[in-house]
Amino acid sequence: MVLDRPEALGQSRAVTDQPLSFQRMILTLHDYWSQHGCLILQPYDMRMGAGTFHTATTLRALGPDPWNAAFVQPCRRPTDGRYGENPNRLQHYYQYQVILKPSPPDLQDLYLGSLAAIGIDFTKHDIRFVEDDWESPTLGAWGLGWEVWCDGMEVTQFTYFQQMGGFDCKPVAGELTYGLERLATYIQNKDSVYDLAYNDAVGNTPQLTYGDVFHENEVEMSTWNFEVADTDTLFDLFRKAAAECENCLDHKLPIPAYEQAIEASHIFNLLNARGVISVAERQAYIGRVRDLAKGSCQAWMEKNGWAA
Amino acid sequence: MTDFLLELRSEEIPARMQDKARDDLARLFTAELEKAGLRADAIVTFATPRRLALIARDLPEATEAVSEEIKGPRAGAPPQALEGFLRKTGLTADQLVERDGVLFAVIDKPGRDTAEVLAEAIPAIIRAFPWPKSMRWGEASSSTESLRWVRPLHGIVALLGDQIVPVEIAGVRSGAVTLGHRFHHPGPITIGSAADYAEKLHACHVIVDQDERRAIIRDKASALADAAGLELIEDEGLVAENAGLTEWPVPLLGRFDEDFLGVPPEVIQLTARVNQKYFVCRDKAGKLANAFVCTANIDAADGGAKIVDGNRKVLAARLSDARFFYETDLKVPLEEQAKKLEKIVFHERLGTVADKVERVAKLARWLVEEGIIGGASPSGTTMLADQAERAARLAKADLVTGMVGEFPELQGLMGGYYAAAQGEAPAVAEAIRDHYKPVGQGDEVPTAPVTVAVSLADKLDILTRFFLINEAPTGSKDPFALRRAALGVISTILQNNLRFRLERVLLKACGDDLAQFEDVFFGRIEEKLAAFFADRLKVQQREAGVRHDLIDAVFALGGEDDLVRLLARVHALQSFVTTEDGANLLAGYKRAANILKKEGYETPSPLVGEGGGPLASASGKGEGDSESSPTPPHPSAPSALPPSPTRGEGLSYTPEPAEADLIAALDAAGPVAADAVANEDFEAAMAALATLRAPIDAFFDAVTVNDTDPAKRAARLALLARVRDAVHGVADFSKIEG
Repeated sequence: MVLDRPEALGQSRAVTDQPLSFQRMILTLHDYWSQHGCLILQPYDMRMGAGTFHTATTLRALGPDPWNAAFVQPCRRPTDGRYGENPNRLQHYYQYQVILKPSPPDLQDLYLGSLAAIGIDFTKHDIRFVEDDWESPTLGAWGLGWEVWCDGMEVTQFTYFQQMGGFDCKPVAGELTYGLERLATYIQNKDSVYDLAYNDAVGNTPQLTYGDVFHENEVEMSTWNFEVADTDTLFDLFRKAAAECENCLDHKLPIPAYEQAIEASHIFNLLNARGVISVAERQAYIGRVRDLAKGSCQAWMEKNGWAA
Repeated sequence: MTDFLLELRSEEIPARMQDKARDDLARLFTAELEKAGLRADAIVTFATPRRLALIARDLPEATEAVSEEIKGPRAGAPPQALEGFLRKTGLTADQLVERDGVLFAVIDKPGRDTAEVLAEAIPAIIRAFPWPKSMRWGEASSSTESLRWVRPLHGIVALLGDQIVPVEIAGVRSGAVTLGHRFHHPGPITIGSAADYAEKLHACHVIVDQDERRAIIRDKASALADAAGLELIEDEGLVAENAGLTEWPVPLLGRFDEDFLGVPPEVIQLTARVNQKYFVCRDKAGKLANAFVCTANIDAADGGAKIVDGNRKVLAARLSDARFFYETDLKVPLEEQAKKLEKIVFHERLGTVADKVERVAKLARWLVEEGIIGGASPSGTTMLADQAERAARLAKADLVTGMVGEFPELQGLMGGYYAAAQGEAPAVAEAIRDHYKPVGQGDEVPTAPVTVAVSLADKLDILTRFFLINEAPTGSKDPFALRRAALGVISTILQNNLRFRLERVLLKACGDDLAQFEDVFFGRIEEKLAAFFADRLKVQQREAGVRHDLIDAVFALGGEDDLVRLLARVHALQSFVTTEDGANLLAGYKRAANILKKEGYETPSPLVGEGGGPLASASGKGEGDSESSPTPPHPSAPSALPPSPTRGEGLSYTPEPAEADLIAALDAAGPVAADAVANEDFEAAMAALATLRAPIDAFFDAVTVNDTDPAKRAARLALLARVRDAVHGVADFSKIEG
């Protein structure tokens, strides 16, 4: 294989026998993207279903200002919980998010460079860009792109945002969402996410697995999500979040309003996991969350003086 | 003559869009050339994930010079007129040519260089390109007016011969340079001309011809299976999709854990195909084997070992999820699952899925009890009715299972598996599995009685309910797939030779609660639906190659809603009109009909009866028919003519021999044809009509209809009316072309 543009593929990591631990992989991605001009942000301190909900993605995708950022975002998908028994499904996991606005012309090469940096060897692995258009009904957002396959496994969602909160993206941002656990099981050649090496043993610090850190969390949270969470409280919380969002909008405070939209979205997901939302009601709830998110985005546009 | 090469290089084009994109490129290119008066000898197009290309062979170097003559004012016209003309043409007075007292401007348009035409055509094609979905990108996307393409467009190769056609669009400038395979040869390649394009790319691990890539995938995948002692389950859709995902396809065979074979084979195949785009294989005994074939986009340095292993793991994760669903679902009886349907709204006006299940179960039972399905042996009927009802009650239960939640396309199939596993009768399990069939044209049509009952009841329920809430399809809108449901009903009726009056069954399907829809639906629901079915049947028969005029000829009789009988008539007619007798009878009929028309005796709207209509009456099976004789002359024939007497009695004159022969032939053929129609022996009815052919021909040769004697004239016209009406007993021949 001829790699005649090594700069595009980043600092190709010396392939050692020792694959990256989960935390080393995150550090490597941080290092890679900070070298390519990204702000390294921290996770948003709220429960959310995807990294895209982070204000650094949603709100910053709007308006004309350039914006390059990378961060890890914990994601919660209550219905995906399996009580820690399924090796590949989690109700809480981590996404690595990169947003580059406007989308740079060499975004694909930059992305491939990040894969090389975490140890993926393109002479032995099959990377494919498979059509997968992204749409978030709750954010009123859509984009075109791919899911990126590595040897048949989807490791990244790659999207050119076209609309956010119902507004055209001007300019378009490129968004990369890496599934960190999937990538790690791949790189470390493990069959179960719980067997991943979370860290490297250093001195007296032993190496812990992902299971050591998170397994009990999965068991307890699955139980709560599916069986225990009080649905009356949840319905109440949903209504309150929606009302508070509108209160914020009345006061022209788009960021707090948006936080309440995130909250409502997560509460809806919990209600869904508890199986108390009928198929007919489902669309109405999604529509309600979308209105909150769109309202927040609109307030954000207005506050910044951006034309739709 | 020169060849032209165009390559539009972008980020990965979705596989499913590539074929249409090639067609669109060829079409748009041809249209742009035509506008300039150019034509290529041949156009070939290529698509890979990263490029869309076109080669046009043997283009002329330039468009032809044309000389255009514009007519001006007369030679002696006022100066203003002349000045206006000169301004318009940009010529001076001495350049005009005078001919027959009129001035002409002759404007020579020199030929344009083809390169120049192409330089204008390429941006026009790119801007007009009809991608199903397109996007903006990069800095330019600060404006929503920026160029749209399927994914970011990065390069244009435009070479006429070996010369670059200069083009710039959205910051992309044409040149001779493209890129090779993303990983094998990411560097630039300079293309010399159309002639070396494919070859140079091939050297850089890009097979630009999609057909070549497809052939590689097809052959290699098959060979891999062979070598493993297996047989590849062919799938042309997968071949095309994988060819659309690769520039250098390398099929690889892997194995998955044999334990997964406990999951139904359809599930494994679907998981492998839909989620992973893998082929699967059969063993020598025809059973699904624990092998898959994936298609990589590289020649891996280790021969593909790591790729196969990675793919195996992904498939294993998918299959263990599927197995988890399967095993979880098996623990819950279908009756229990069915209870959850009470919470699923079918349609806001139509209640829950559980309500629908209840209706379908009743209707399925009724169809059996009425003898419409399964014949009429009383002991068998009870069991069949019980099974139909049971199957209908369980048929939708799999909608709430984990497996169908994950793979909606497995609806029915999984229900069948779960039913068999919980010990339902095989006929019930089969009915649950197949009750959605036929799903489209060419899909298998159910024939097992229990399955037919559930399938018909399910579709009739969908049709009647959506019609009741005024959601009938309009134009291209058919959100509830009612046309497909009607076609499914038609195919099932015909395939199984089910005899019933459609309107009656439709009315039954509407159930007892018609009143609750009174606010939205007016009129007779069964009539509206029957008309909808008639339209579907016409479409279906037309597609099956039946002449539309013959269908119209039978439909024009009206009132027929036994589809089996209706089609038997159409088919008999189709055979008949292609015979010599048929063609001649048609000619004789048309002559008779034309004379009658000219004389003001329009074709009677034939056979309009009451209730089920005259055809039903002819068959003697209809309900509420009038007692009218089915034989012509029909009571609704125009009354101005005296009835043409049979056996020649009552004529005020002695008929000529040919006239008498025709009367005799009608006397003989009329009852025979009518009896045959009553017995649904339409071939025999046609044969009876065929005996009229010679007497009619002889009549027209020897007898003058328009006789000076008004009595003769009236009698002969009445005779022609008899001919027409006799023919109409079988079909409305006036609709037949030719």
